[in-house]
Amino acid sequence: MFKKLLSFTLALTMVFSLTACTAKNATTTGDATTDNAAATEGAATSEGTEETAATATGLFAPVAKEDIKVGVIHIGDPADGAGYSFAHDQGIVAMQQALGLTDDQIIRKNNVSDADAVAIRTAIEECLEEECQIIFGTSWGYMDTMEQLAAEYPEVIFSHCSGYKSNGTNFNNYFGRIYQARYLAGVAAGLKTQSDKIGFVAAMGKDNSEVTGGINAFAMGIESVNPDAKVYVKVTNSWFDPTLEQQAAESLLDMGCDVIGQHADTTAPQLAAEARGVWGCGYNSDMTKDAPAAHLTAPIWNWGTYYTSAVQSVIDGTWTGENYFGGLTEGLVAISPLSDNVAEGTADAINAAEVKILAGFQVFEGNIVDNEGNQICTEGKALTDADITGKMNWYYKNVVVQ
Amino acid sequence: MERSIRMKKEPLFHVVKKAEVSYGKTVMLSLLAVVIAIIAGGIFILAIGQNPFEIYASIVQGAWRSKIAAKGTIKIAIPLLIAALGITPAFQMRFWNIGAEGQIIMGGIFATYFALFLTGLPHWLLLILMFLAGAVGGGLWGLIPAYFKTKYGTNETLFTLMMNYIALYMIKYLTEGPWRDPASSGFPKIASFVPNARLDQIFGVHAGWLIGLILAVVMFIYLKFSKQGYEISVVGESTNTARYAGMNVKKIVIRTMFLSGAICGIAGMCQVSGAAYTLGEGIAGGVGFTAIIVAWLAKLNPIIILIVTVLFSMLDKGCSVMQSDFGLSPAVSSILQGIILFSILALDFFNRYRIVLRQRRKA
Repeated sequence: MFKKLLSFTLALTMVFSLTACTAKNATTTGDATTDNAAATEGAATSEGTEETAATATGLFAPVAKEDIKVGVIHIGDPADGAGYSFAHDQGIVAMQQALGLTDDQIIRKNNVSDADAVAIRTAIEECLEEECQIIFGTSWGYMDTMEQLAAEYPEVIFSHCSGYKSNGTNFNNYFGRIYQARYLAGVAAGLKTQSDKIGFVAAMGKDNSEVTGGINAFAMGIESVNPDAKVYVKVTNSWFDPTLEQQAAESLLDMGCDVIGQHADTTAPQLAAEARGVWGCGYNSDMTKDAPAAHLTAPIWNWGTYYTSAVQSVIDGTWTGENYFGGLTEGLVAISPLSDNVAEGTADAINAAEVKILAGFQVFEGNIVDNEGNQICTEGKALTDADITGKMNWYYKNVVVQ
Repeated sequence: MERSIRMKKEPLFHVVKKAEVSYGKTVMLSLLAVVIAIIAGGIFILAIGQNPFEIYASIVQGAWRSKIAAKGTIKIAIPLLIAALGITPAFQMRFWNIGAEGQIIMGGIFATYFALFLTGLPHWLLLILMFLAGAVGGGLWGLIPAYFKTKYGTNETLFTLMMNYIALYMIKYLTEGPWRDPASSGFPKIASFVPNARLDQIFGVHAGWLIGLILAVVMFIYLKFSKQGYEISVVGESTNTARYAGMNVKKIVIRTMFLSGAICGIAGMCQVSGAAYTLGEGIAGGVGFTAIIVAWLAKLNPIIILIVTVLFSMLDKGCSVMQSDFGLSPAVSSILQGIILFSILALDFFNRYRIVLRQRRKA
């Protein structure tokens, strides 16, 4: 974005200088700076079997700790201090500390747009040049490029967050059972609501399993403590859009919702709830510091759990290529500490639910009916992980879509 | 009675175009501009507490340190070269085509149609179709502002600029709507091209580099030696002269803008089928704007465009490596690139023009 603006401004400067004295057909140039994510990065493709990093003596043999290099591709800039890339980078930092790696063993590529396949490839190739043995791609949109590179560089491990592709050897994906944390947040929301109307700002609609599964788990957590409450969902169709998120939250608040949950990247929904003097549950990071008078608790990620175990397995030579799908048990997901805004008895209720999940309660099990009356799951059965990650295209019975 | 005549006050300074400077002097001044720009960038590097020599070494090394790096640099150069060549005939005609970005995108969109829906065709036929589709897509996007300019006298700078955003949002629409990958379970993305629709590689880099080199030579000959190239120059100098000489100015403008857009469209085709293997919002990624700077700095000479493109690509690729080597914020490399470019452009301005200060006239 910045680069684009820069070249654009320079282009205007030039056109000005060009027309400055040849007034015959002088042109006035407009001033329009439209926002669109695009990084000027160049082209890229490479077959390159001949220039493979000459590190591994055998396929995925152990790597000495001082020789390991880890690449990370971020969609944003971790220096922003909050949000998605920050959370991932905190995980990388945690891994680095846990394993005792030096700074130059971590190769970071920041601000890599996930809509620019050429930029993604260039960034990853620069990690390959540094002879990284494992490269983490944190954004969904990196998936196809990582898949192609994994085929071109079979001796390097490509680990991709949140997608649905993998090859069982050097290309896996990692994600987590964030729905377990959402279930717990639902307990807090269900106990807090007085109007029995809970709003939810959703990034994507019904056909997105990740978002829909999160809403359903949140709704089931609510139902477990408050069977009368309903969840009203408003979709923004964007992962990151503070304005739309705020507008969606406000229309939910106008309907009388008094707790706002969210699957959206910014704190806007929580700030909207706070402005109305009501409450909410954030996402990704603890948003109590952003909306201290409104926030109850947020489902959060501890990516360091995965990064540490993945890099350790590369060092030990125990990398299996399996996909990683961690949850509360592994400590990959959690809820942020309860704020003072929660209703009385919330801590106990959440503890009880957490104990239940750790003891084997799968959230999506037993009698589940969607909001159109279809039977999704029956007593004694549970949804498979494939159903949860790929076929969650229904809303739980207490969910209403606006 | 004396009539007081209000004299028109002369401005403090005004800008005057320099007379033709000799070739050798131009080269000298350009080299001087590069040196001054590097020094200006070096001062910035010092200001952030780094060693300029180390940073510059890392940039040059980052661009060429290995086969992968060199290929990466060339891959950055390909769309930049082709788009700068595309802009050249329009600028030569003094038609300010700021719409290369959109023309690249439209070329990409048209080519993508064939890559997604006619995958069964023989490889060469498919690629030729994609190539032609890219040229037609970009050409049409250039034709529209040319038509309105000749018919209604619209401002082509604004018109071509705004067309960029229409093209960009068209990708967004296609990604989220009709061309969404059916296998992506609801996520908005266009599927990766099948290998059959991917541009072949020559010496490890997609064939776009060869297309770019051929276009550079062809464009050089076209502008310098062909009748049409001469017409473009005449229209650029003065439409009235052209009309007086019996040229059909409207036809020349429309034809040249189609050509300009078509070449940019070819850049888009090379990007989707050679580099990205898909169509995404970042497909042009500002190349259409950077290409304007390249074409202008090269004084619209296709061969010099080639040299300037390589230098630009080196800076771009090297900065990306430098930034992660030194753990600097991406903003630092953007600022550094900005300072270098701005210095070169500012000096280029003084290369072409001189500033005359107001002089006290003696009675």
